[in-house]
Amino acid sequence: MSTPSTIRESRVSRTAVMALMFLLAVYFLLPVYFLIVAATKPQGDLASTNGLAFSHFNLFENLRILFTRSDGVFGRWAVNTVVYAVLGAAVGTLISALCGYALAKFPFRGREFLFSVILGGVLVPTTALALPLFLLFSATGLVNTYFAVFLPSIVSPFGVYLARIFANAAVPQELIESARLDGAGEFRTFFSVAFKLMTPALVTVFLFQFVAIWNNFFLPMVMLQKESLFPITLGLYEWNGQTARAPLLQESVITGSLVSIVPVIIVFILLQRFWRSGLAAGSLK
Amino acid sequence: MTDIATRITSTARAVEPPKGRRRLTGGGPRAGTVLAFVTPFFLPFVLFYLVPVGYALWQSFRVVRRSGGQYGTSYTTFGGFEQYVQVFQNTEFWSSIGRIGLFGIVQVPVMLFVALVMALLLDTPLLRLKAFFRITAFMPYAVPGVIAAIMWSYLYSPQLSPVVDLLDGIGLKPDFLGPGAVLWSAANVSTWLWTGYNMLIMYSALQSIPQELYEAARIDGASNWTIAWRIKVPIIAPSIVLTTVFSIIGTLQLYAEPAVLRQISSNISSTFTPNMLAYAVASGNNYQQAAAISVVIAVITFVLSFGFMRLTAKRAGL
Repeated sequence: MSTPSTIRESRVSRTAVMALMFLLAVYFLLPVYFLIVAATKPQGDLASTNGLAFSHFNLFENLRILFTRSDGVFGRWAVNTVVYAVLGAAVGTLISALCGYALAKFPFRGREFLFSVILGGVLVPTTALALPLFLLFSATGLVNTYFAVFLPSIVSPFGVYLARIFANAAVPQELIESARLDGAGEFRTFFSVAFKLMTPALVTVFLFQFVAIWNNFFLPMVMLQKESLFPITLGLYEWNGQTARAPLLQESVITGSLVSIVPVIIVFILLQRFWRSGLAAGSLK
Repeated sequence: MTDIATRITSTARAVEPPKGRRRLTGGGPRAGTVLAFVTPFFLPFVLFYLVPVGYALWQSFRVVRRSGGQYGTSYTTFGGFEQYVQVFQNTEFWSSIGRIGLFGIVQVPVMLFVALVMALLLDTPLLRLKAFFRITAFMPYAVPGVIAAIMWSYLYSPQLSPVVDLLDGIGLKPDFLGPGAVLWSAANVSTWLWTGYNMLIMYSALQSIPQELYEAARIDGASNWTIAWRIKVPIIAPSIVLTTVFSIIGTLQLYAEPAVLRQISSNISSTFTPNMLAYAVASGNNYQQAAAISVVIAVITFVLSFGFMRLTAKRAGL
């Protein structure tokens, strides 16, 4: 097997494979690297210096401008984003867990019908819901409020689907039975026994829902006119549209983009293993 | 997805207790308890998923009419398929579909091919620094479409882009925002965003294949290449189908990325994609027409996703 020619061959293919993967890594890192470099430059250097090389280090001044512009509206957007995406995903995960657990563990009439309806919901694209929701919400006065974005965001049919799979896999029926024999109510059983066993899986459900809300640009754009209610994405989009008239906004759009993606990227990398379990469950479909 | 539903249904049925022991709720907790678990999800699901779908369908069959000439009072009434006829006669609708079709036919296969190659390479012993490559590819998934498009639009911009400078330097004069190129510039943003995510779905599937399978093939003299394309790819075919369906759905929903590029390029119209068209029509207060467009987009999405799943299932003889 290990004749000199096969060794050379494997060395050649190893080098080729590494080169290809490095090239792809450069492609994935390039925009982020550019953003980091650009966020450290003063506005004047953006067009006049090489975009891939650092020039005057101006990051802290850029941050100060970003957070004080228009009475600190960017900080407001950051808080709103946390409300919509973090709180929304947390509430969404809890209700998905309750429903998925019931679908997995309680044999009740109409269960399969209920599950089929929810599965059908997985296929409904959220962008298709935004316009009719806008009309319904304007009739009830919910448009242009936190609720207009928050309430639709907590619903994740895919989360229920995952929670059901995970509840089936992680919570043994005997444990539920013995908790019942000990006289624990169903909610008590859920929160003290099932919830703990399901926690790693629920982190995955949370992450998926967080991304869905963080990514959903269409819904807030349709629902919100008041700048003070915007999530970061919508705010940066609006600023980006004004750079033709106010070029100084460019540096804030760049710094704002960096500030908003860095914490999310870090959390994602730290929670990597949860992604992989979720994606594996997703591919089982 | 029906396939999934039936498969899950059949396993769920197996757990159900025998008929004789059934209570009102079939052997589990009381109906009230079940409701308390299910309602916190199901109520918002009905209100914010099912009701809007029903409302859009209803709207799409309504028309606005005026009584007493052009300046009379307007009222809405049942209009049958009138809105749908208008959708199909709208040339802007067809050009947005054509654009997105071209986008999908090129972007989806390119992205999934790159994702598959990366997943297969990550699964071979040839590669080192696996964690680094996996993380860099997946990282864009943390970036929302709007911000990704903003980042890339700086790399496309003739004034600011180091990439344009570089290519100018070697004599190419790229115009990423030109009338022919801008669609592919948008496609690149989608590819950047989603390749790593799709790669990770395929990679997770590869990881679950038992190693013994390869050993047997290796004893029979199969090369790494043969093992990859003849054994691994067919086994993870369901994941490839899944990522394709997700990508088709995503492509038809495209909104944020072209909307951002529109801010710096005059070559993207307000009706560039079907969703942008629906929004533009709704902004003109023609909600019934916008609803009909949304319904048509949703139906096309269903037909394409199901069609693709059926086609691949037949091919595989399932």
